Amino acid sequence: MAVYILKRLLGLIPLFFGITLICFFVIRLAPGSPVDAEGAMNPNFTDNARQKFIALYGLDKPLHTQYILWLKKVVRLDFGTSFSRDARPVWDKIKERLPVTIQINAAALILIFIISTVLGVVSAWYKGSAFDRTVTVLVFIGFAIPTFWLALICMYIFGVVWGVLPISGLTSWNYQDLSVWGKFTDLAKHMVLPMFVTVAGGLAGMSRFMRGSMAEVLAKDYITAAKSRGLTNKTILFRHALKNALLPAVTLLGLSVPGLIGGAVIFESIFTIPGMGQLFYQSVNMRDYPTVMGILVIGAILTLLGNLLADILYAVVDPRIRYAQASKGEE
Amino acid sequence: MNRLLLSGIIFVGFFMILAIFAPLIAPTDPFLMQYDKVFLPPSPEFPMGTDELGRDVFSRVIYGTRVSMFVGIVAVVISIVIGTAVGVAAGYYGGIVDTVLMRFTDIMLCFPTFFLILAVVAFLNPSLMNVMAVIGITGWMGVARLVRAESLSLKSRDFITAARISGLSAPRILFKHLLPNVVSVISVSATLGVAGAILTESALSFLGLGAQPPTPSWGNILTAGKDNILFAWWLSFFPGIAILITVLGFNLLGEGLRERTR
Repeated sequence: MAVYILKRLLGLIPLFFGITLICFFVIRLAPGSPVDAEGAMNPNFTDNARQKFIALYGLDKPLHTQYILWLKKVVRLDFGTSFSRDARPVWDKIKERLPVTIQINAAALILIFIISTVLGVVSAWYKGSAFDRTVTVLVFIGFAIPTFWLALICMYIFGVVWGVLPISGLTSWNYQDLSVWGKFTDLAKHMVLPMFVTVAGGLAGMSRFMRGSMAEVLAKDYITAAKSRGLTNKTILFRHALKNALLPAVTLLGLSVPGLIGGAVIFESIFTIPGMGQLFYQSVNMRDYPTVMGILVIGAILTLLGNLLADILYAVVDPRIRYAQASKGEE
Repeated sequence: MNRLLLSGIIFVGFFMILAIFAPLIAPTDPFLMQYDKVFLPPSPEFPMGTDELGRDVFSRVIYGTRVSMFVGIVAVVISIVIGTAVGVAAGYYGGIVDTVLMRFTDIMLCFPTFFLILAVVAFLNPSLMNVMAVIGITGWMGVARLVRAESLSLKSRDFITAARISGLSAPRILFKHLLPNVVSVISVSATLGVAGAILTESALSFLGLGAQPPTPSWGNILTAGKDNILFAWWLSFFPGIAILITVLGFNLLGEGLRERTR
């Protein structure tokens, strides 16, 4: 297992270089280098800031030197100082926003996994039933629904018409004065809509995938064999089918991390949640290049970690992967 | 013709007609501001109400079709061209070309695409041209993988071997013999890609980074909807429905095409 994880970690290194290279070329789009004229239009981009920016990325040096210089800083999580008025180090700004985004996304990922498993498995088990057809229609709508629109509609219905849920922020203004239980319910109330929207956004793809995966497993010979041995449906479902159907879903879950992180920009700025997505959006609007770059790199690294986690989970639940990889490593 | 395909064609066709003939269909000028008719709820005169500047939302939604369709289709053309080139090269040539290209594809897949798009649009200037280019450049990876897999399996087929033995040049084999056989695969993912691109464009415009006012787009009407959510629900409701139905239409079309090729 350790060998397997080590191999996976080593595999991340070229990916890391690739990702940073792409980020680096995004920097090159910034004013100060190739497109100077556009920087002149930006009021935040004073001469002083421009000099700092050029110095930070070494834009006056040859390309490969620039990349290596920048990479050295990135490894130390030094993304320079923000262009915004507070002029704080970018990493400090990201650090305080990161937990909120990660917690919401992790919780959403778990919920998506559970709900889509139930939907997908039941649909595949009762293929062609009314339930299956309803889920299929809902999945098609789910694929087509713009998440930010869903957020707006939910805000309108629950926040404006019924007035039962708060529509912005993480906590109420009197949060500090509340009891422990009061704080908890207050936070929970604020989380309902953002969580619902995030989960709804990822649910369609995942439950469709689960249904396909389960249907495939149910058509396998060993399921027919299990049936002919007279095993109960319960045993077939939980002992034989479910585990095999869940395997591919773990990988997909890892792949859905970038989408979730990207979606954070939208729902955090709609619900004014102080997370990384909101910071990113604010920085984009203020043309705060160092912060934009920092979040871009951090977002890509988070995605890498998500994939790594999915790979490890996959190996935990599927011994075949573990042994195949480990034995290859010993050759 | 299956049911999915038929319903897809009807939906997509409907919005295509709206986009092309928008000036003939829209009852009012979408840019006409009437300050005495601000924030009117839907009525026979304004079927979808009016916005904060007294413009007819119905006409703006119809004109918005143009932005969505145009961006969606151009972005997908870009990603199809890149994806097909990468996929065919990787699949047909194999070896080091394949390794390098597929590694690059993996790296691109790792990115939170929406972050990348936002960052690029921030570093350049928000405009429809940039949005189309960026959505296209960040959306080709799926196509590349599909085309590579197809090319790999086609490469070993007899007719390609025959073409190679008879001394045809590589470009000729690629364009005349290989590409025509991957068209069906490409058409499915292109159609689904348009749906995705329309969603992305609307999200970008919603965030103020896509189509710039006064150009009407579904996304930027929704921005006004968000700002006035407390009393003008119609600004949020109708453009969203338009996005939903258009994207649904492209998805149905794509799934229908996929079913037909099976």
